[in-house]
Amino acid sequence: MIPEIGHFSLIATLFIALAQGGLALIGAAQGHAAWIAFARPAARAQFLLVVVSFASLTWAFIAKDFSVAYVAENSNSRLPLMYRISAVWGGHEGSLLLWMLMQTGWAYAVSRFSRQLPDAMVARVLGVLGLVTVGFLLFVLLTSNPFERLTPAPIDGLDLNPLLQDVGLIFHPPLLYMGYVGFSVAFAFAIAALLAGQLDSTWARWSRPWATAAWLFLTLGIALGSWWAYYELGWGGWWFWDPVENSSFIPWLVGTALIHSLAVTEKRASFKNWTVLLAISTFSFSLLGAFLVRSGVLTSVHAFATDPRRGVFILMLFSVVVGSSLFLFALRAPKVGMGGRFAAISRESLLLLNNVVLAVATGAVLLGTLYPLFIDALGLGKLSVGPPYFNAVFIPLMIPALILIAVGPVANWKTAKLGAMAKHLRLPAVVAVVVGLVTPFLLGRWSIFIALGITLAAWIAASVLTGILQRMRATRSGLLAQPRSWLGMHMAHLGIAVFVVGVTLVTGYETEQDIRMMPGDSVSAGGYDLTFLGVRNAQGPNYMAEVGDIELSRNGQVLRTLHPEKRTYTSSPMPMTEAAIDANGLRHVYAALGEPLGDGAWSVRVYYKPFVDWIWAGCILMALGGLLAISDRRYRLKRRNRRTAAPSQRTSS
Amino acid sequence: MKRRHRRIALITGGLAAIGIATALVLNAFQSNLVFFFTPTQVSAGEAPEARTFRVGGMVQTGSVQRQSDGLTVQFVVTDTAKTIPVTYSGILPDLFSEGKGVVAQGKLDKNGLFRAEEVLAKHDENYMPSEAQHALDQAGKTMNMRP
Repeated sequence: MIPEIGHFSLIATLFIALAQGGLALIGAAQGHAAWIAFARPAARAQFLLVVVSFASLTWAFIAKDFSVAYVAENSNSRLPLMYRISAVWGGHEGSLLLWMLMQTGWAYAVSRFSRQLPDAMVARVLGVLGLVTVGFLLFVLLTSNPFERLTPAPIDGLDLNPLLQDVGLIFHPPLLYMGYVGFSVAFAFAIAALLAGQLDSTWARWSRPWATAAWLFLTLGIALGSWWAYYELGWGGWWFWDPVENSSFIPWLVGTALIHSLAVTEKRASFKNWTVLLAISTFSFSLLGAFLVRSGVLTSVHAFATDPRRGVFILMLFSVVVGSSLFLFALRAPKVGMGGRFAAISRESLLLLNNVVLAVATGAVLLGTLYPLFIDALGLGKLSVGPPYFNAVFIPLMIPALILIAVGPVANWKTAKLGAMAKHLRLPAVVAVVVGLVTPFLLGRWSIFIALGITLAAWIAASVLTGILQRMRATRSGLLAQPRSWLGMHMAHLGIAVFVVGVTLVTGYETEQDIRMMPGDSVSAGGYDLTFLGVRNAQGPNYMAEVGDIELSRNGQVLRTLHPEKRTYTSSPMPMTEAAIDANGLRHVYAALGEPLGDGAWSVRVYYKPFVDWIWAGCILMALGGLLAISDRRYRLKRRNRRTAAPSQRTSS
Repeated sequence: MKRRHRRIALITGGLAAIGIATALVLNAFQSNLVFFFTPTQVSAGEAPEARTFRVGGMVQTGSVQRQSDGLTVQFVVTDTAKTIPVTYSGILPDLFSEGKGVVAQGKLDKNGLFRAEEVLAKHDENYMPSEAQHALDQAGKTMNMRP
């Protein structure tokens, strides 16, 4: 009975979303106060209904109701409770239900935190979000219903894919989806502004916190996915330029361009058309990512089912969204106008450069990701584009971007003096070169790559610190008295520096060894000794494991014993490698079991990964910077000037 | 005048950036495309020498041999029509096993031995690497590989 409640709630949501999309948009266009007023309660009702629906599916998992096909496929009576709950989004149908939960949740948030916005604008935004919800709900209900029943019900379920039985999975999809779906809000703001013919700095101020919020979730989601692949897949790398990773990275790149472009539009009313285009692109690339990952075009751990109907449906949804929004853009964009002027050297031009670099980087990643798919689809052969391509293109592109990170914040809006900028940047430049040249010597091996990476990271970090100190001195006030969005920017940039340190040092100094070990054998990695003691059997709740005991010591002093595992889940013949990692913030010692080689010997994978944690720590700092920026007071100020904020409001009232 | 100058500077800068990037991209692209060949194509001499490519198919049953160092493995990849011997040194992925699909990336040496730098058999046990499936399809003898 309960799964049916979930199903009916979804159907009810579809009708409310349809009504909301129609009434709110028409109401806003014609000034019907009552229809405009329908938008907010409708958004709240949708969220409530999807919560009910999501709770029903969760209940079916907790109660082990294997008569529901989706539960039977993704759960098992011996699956621990924690994973039974995370299994709700462990498969295709459930993950789409999670997507819906996020989609309606964002709309709910818009309805709550939009009191300072004119009602007609809110109605337009919620109307657009309602239409997006309709599209996805049709997809769920027509092709991917999670509540479908099985008759007769099986006695037990198949089990959750063992790869997904991990804490990383509990949070990775929700965070990633929060990001993907969150960009639909920035998209809806852009479409609403186009519909209203009102693209100005007020619009940018309204949509900025939403875009930043989506961006910060996407950052965390990607970071968590990277961390998960690092330890759970047993590959020991943090990024593979795998098409699935790329399809989440492309919206991130465009989204990063968007939050910078929005800054210009808010402060100087420039780049308006470009910002709208970026808002449309970011969400479109999120949809494209969903299509690539979910349709089975790419074979991966994410492609749950290869039902061609689903791929076709997402592709149609993608075409409708992109086609209609670009059509609207083409109609309205010529009327928008240029906005504030700026000199060749100004913060605007530097941010423009940032956008050019990010756009080119997006294009390069897109090319490498889609080209093999096109060639395959056209029957011209099979090929792949590996990490060497992406590294060869991406790293040179990012070098100017990293240099610019320090330059942008010291440039004035409208027109900047090179002399004044140089004065600000002299100290960071000296610090960067010294730190960059010396660090590789201290760490034992000098290389131009490491020196360059550390120089760039130190350049950013030093400019952030001097920038903050100079401003504190100039304003004669403390750190916390500074505007939050300004602090957030610096924190995110510092995150980039930390990230670059991590990437540089792990790439420069990591060691990877695959070796054969007999019990008693030792191997050294990064100054540590690992002694293989042997492998014993152990029993987990729904798997059998072979657990290795590897003693970690330094200079003859035993530090701890690592326990890498090789698991075989009862539900599938697939063996799973569980790596064991000793981490202290500055380095990882990583051990994973390969396979038994007879006589108690095993092949063992031993990695030494210095500063690898800094990669993810940098991402967390970026996300925290975003959070700090959103909390800025000015986003919550009441509108002062109703004339500029809401011309449509005046006509309707 | 000033405005025009600014615009020209912007456009030139933008074009230069895009030009450099395009050159970088295409150069890197050309040298890093990894083509896929089936064992039939390899034995017909279609695969390049001294360039990395991918070969895929099934690991022939009974062909996996381990060297005495325990880490170097030799196996035969077949598309049911032709075969190609492969050698790889390192830990094989969890899902590598005889009779299953595999894709190897590496170079062909002078004796016709494929020296793999990477062996791909990731993801789950129901998954046939699409390239391996393609190799079997090409050989015209697609068996029911999916359990």
